[in-house]
Amino acid sequence: MKKKIKLSWIYIGAVTVLMYVPIVLTVVYSFNESRISSVWGGFSWKWYLELFRDDNIARALKNSLILAFFCCFAAVLIGTSGALGMRKRKNRLNGVISYLSLIPLMIPEIILGVVYLAAFSFMNLPFGMLTLVIAHTAFCVPYVFMIVRARLEGMDQTAEEAALDLGASKMRVFFDITLPAIFPAAASGVLLSFAASFDDVVISIFVTGASVNTLPVMIYTRMKTGVTPEINALAVFILAATAVIIGIASAIGAIGQKGGTDQ
Amino acid sequence: MAESRKTIWPLLLPIYLFTLVFVFAPLVYLVVLSFMTRAEVWGAVPRLTLDNYKRILEPLYLRVFAESIRLAVSSTAIILLAGYPFGYFMARMSPRWKKRMMVLLMIPFWTSTLIRLNGWIIVFRSNGVLDKFLMALGLTDRPLKLLYSYPAVLVGMVYALLPYMILSVYSSAEKMDWSLTEAARDLGAGRFQAFVTITLKHTLPGVLSGVILTFIPSMGLFFIADLLGGNKIVLVGSVIQEQLTKGRNLPFAAALSVVLFVLTSLFIALYRRIVHTGEPEGLY
Amino acid sequence: MVVFNLTQFSGKELTALPENGRIPRNLVGIGGRINTVSDTILELKKIKKSFGGNTVLNGLDISIGRGEFLTLLGASGCGKTTTLRIIAGLEQPDGGDILLDGESILSKEPNRRNVNTVFQNYALFPNMNVEKNIGYGLKIRKRPKEEIRRRVKEMLEMVQLPGFEKRMPDELSGGQRQRVAIARAVINQPQVLLLDEPLGALDLKLRRQMQLELKRLQKKLGITFIYITHDQEEAINMSDRIAVMRNGVFEQIGTPNEIYDHPETSYVADFVGNANIYRTPDKTYAIRSENILLGGEPECMIPAVVEEKSFAGGQLRILFALEDGQKITASRYGIDYDLNTGERIAIGWKEASAAEVIDNG
Repeated sequence: MKKKIKLSWIYIGAVTVLMYVPIVLTVVYSFNESRISSVWGGFSWKWYLELFRDDNIARALKNSLILAFFCCFAAVLIGTSGALGMRKRKNRLNGVISYLSLIPLMIPEIILGVVYLAAFSFMNLPFGMLTLVIAHTAFCVPYVFMIVRARLEGMDQTAEEAALDLGASKMRVFFDITLPAIFPAAASGVLLSFAASFDDVVISIFVTGASVNTLPVMIYTRMKTGVTPEINALAVFILAATAVIIGIASAIGAIGQKGGTDQ
Repeated sequence: MAESRKTIWPLLLPIYLFTLVFVFAPLVYLVVLSFMTRAEVWGAVPRLTLDNYKRILEPLYLRVFAESIRLAVSSTAIILLAGYPFGYFMARMSPRWKKRMMVLLMIPFWTSTLIRLNGWIIVFRSNGVLDKFLMALGLTDRPLKLLYSYPAVLVGMVYALLPYMILSVYSSAEKMDWSLTEAARDLGAGRFQAFVTITLKHTLPGVLSGVILTFIPSMGLFFIADLLGGNKIVLVGSVIQEQLTKGRNLPFAAALSVVLFVLTSLFIALYRRIVHTGEPEGLY
Repeated sequence: MVVFNLTQFSGKELTALPENGRIPRNLVGIGGRINTVSDTILELKKIKKSFGGNTVLNGLDISIGRGEFLTLLGASGCGKTTTLRIIAGLEQPDGGDILLDGESILSKEPNRRNVNTVFQNYALFPNMNVEKNIGYGLKIRKRPKEEIRRRVKEMLEMVQLPGFEKRMPDELSGGQRQRVAIARAVINQPQVLLLDEPLGALDLKLRRQMQLELKRLQKKLGITFIYITHDQEEAINMSDRIAVMRNGVFEQIGTPNEIYDHPETSYVADFVGNANIYRTPDKTYAIRSENILLGGEPECMIPAVVEEKSFAGGQLRILFALEDGQKITASRYGIDYDLNTGERIAIGWKEASAAEVIDNG
């Protein structure tokens, strides 16, 4: 038994190290003086300076943040209200709608890209922020909807009945009891949505317009076209931001509790 | 609790509207589009045809589908083999270590895929880190030209999707009652036998949802093939993208998407049949 | 080992309750007196309810007196909880009416009814501490903060949890949660308090203690309690009246003694008193096991064979098979009795200890 436990630690350690190799290399090479990543030209801040001077990246970052904000907002509204509405009445129509709403998560992203490219040109919607928000909302709604629904199913309904029984109006019950109970679930749905939206290349490429560039799309095009050392510097910033967000998320309990069950 | 229609409809309206207008209708339109004829410049004219589907049956595109499925199957297999023990061992750790491992897993999981791929480009690049490392060890005397090769794409896929498998397996192994394996061992089952009959059976839902969560995206992540495989590895995703950007053939891209959609739906139907549940486990 | 000789005891000395297991009816009182109009606080009229074609309540009628402790007793699935939820307003009945203080409350939302509930699983709000839980009803009614704090403190003293204000529900034991749940409901001074198996989740010892405390609380506050249980002992110990429910109707309503001594049906006799049901071709009788006489008495005229002996709860139970296949159980306090399995004996009972009942299984 002893030996087995040691083997498992070695295995986990090795896989974790492999997982972090490219991340560490990215950080290291962001300080590389040389333009070519195969040559170490000494320590330098210059790519960071170049990064800050690059207006395109700043614009793309701003676009990505605006996009993530709006689609998270829409997703949390649609997903949470849907989960609340479907909680009480379980009929076939609700089942069909909830299945349909999950489709964007269950098919390869590329299909969604084609779907929206086709649909938006059919509707004559100009490609830009609006189309991006709609497409991103489509794959963010399922995250919020699924997690909040699971939380509602796992939660003790009598607490709400007790509040009603004690004289609270339905509105009051919602704000005093239901909302605090589903808040962590909705928050982790929003976090997942944010990460998904902020990370998306495939769908964005198809529905973005010439004037609006998101950060991942910009990174992708630059990586495709050639050597781009300032991408390493940008990566370090994104990594740091990710670490901070994970820290906040685990502090408010939105990560690692898996939708949560009651007591 | 008695809930009146008046209070329920405002809650249901947003998800009904959004799903019908922006998910269901566009999907229907995609299917319709796949039977239309391409227009001169862009878009389609409503002349019904089966040509788009006939074209998929050309050996060129059949090969692309075969290639995509081969890559998806092999990366899923590698992810399963590498991820299962990881998730399993993690579930057996102490609560404190579980938490630490979770944070360690979360950082790559939440970091942009592109940025993590960027690291692999540094590794694989000709005369890059791996080449230097191998040359220093004397295992090879010249750059291996690993970037823009099939193995590089495979590594990229595995790397991008591994956390999904680990988390799925972990979440179902964590729910497992370990006294069951002890009982099996007590009843005379060997270590291996106990694992197969008890542990594997109980973690199967996690394994299957891990497979779903890795197999389906791997069919469509064209940018991994693009960045790590150059133009050597052509996947369905890449073809669809090409048909849209260079070929400007919307109906054909739609037909390709429909076929891909049907393939993945079959796969999900199979999963539902085995696990009797709608949604992959361990997604959150 | 103590071996009793059955001839040493008369049936009278063997019974647990005084007066041959019977309290004189005239001492009971309440059951007969409270049903006058001025004393009625809650009235259910022909309440009907079904869930998806499955009838749960089939026309309930009862008047409940001010300050009364009424217990709804029945096996699980008999409709007790549904009755309570209908009174609280958490379910709507399909037919019938509910009058609180002479006024129909059927159209009132649960939050507008002056009725509070203690839920089976306590249903404390997990996101609020004890003080906020108990003070919730007052806060909803917009009472001043100072008053809420003072009354919560009083309540906590009354349920014997002084100083527990800042604890969270998940830091409390089962019994403590129970008390908080009761305090949270009682603080609003409802006209009627509904309690849904409030002691169901507690262990036996704590249950006994809480039974006494609840009874004490009810007397002190003078609030009408409608109490659900499936434990006949609990019902007999605490109630002024018991309503035995079965298949969505009240099978018998009466004081504990009426129910225990004068069951109207064989079901009530069996469910409440674990009585033997003895059927003759034209009549059915209920006889409690402690009243079965074992040989030696002039009443012992029915031949029987000892089938099984068991010992539980300080009581020896002997199962007899009669010649026509009916089974009769006799019980005695003590751990053994000189009867062996397979032995033949004549058994019987005094005429007064056999109640004639309607045979309904």
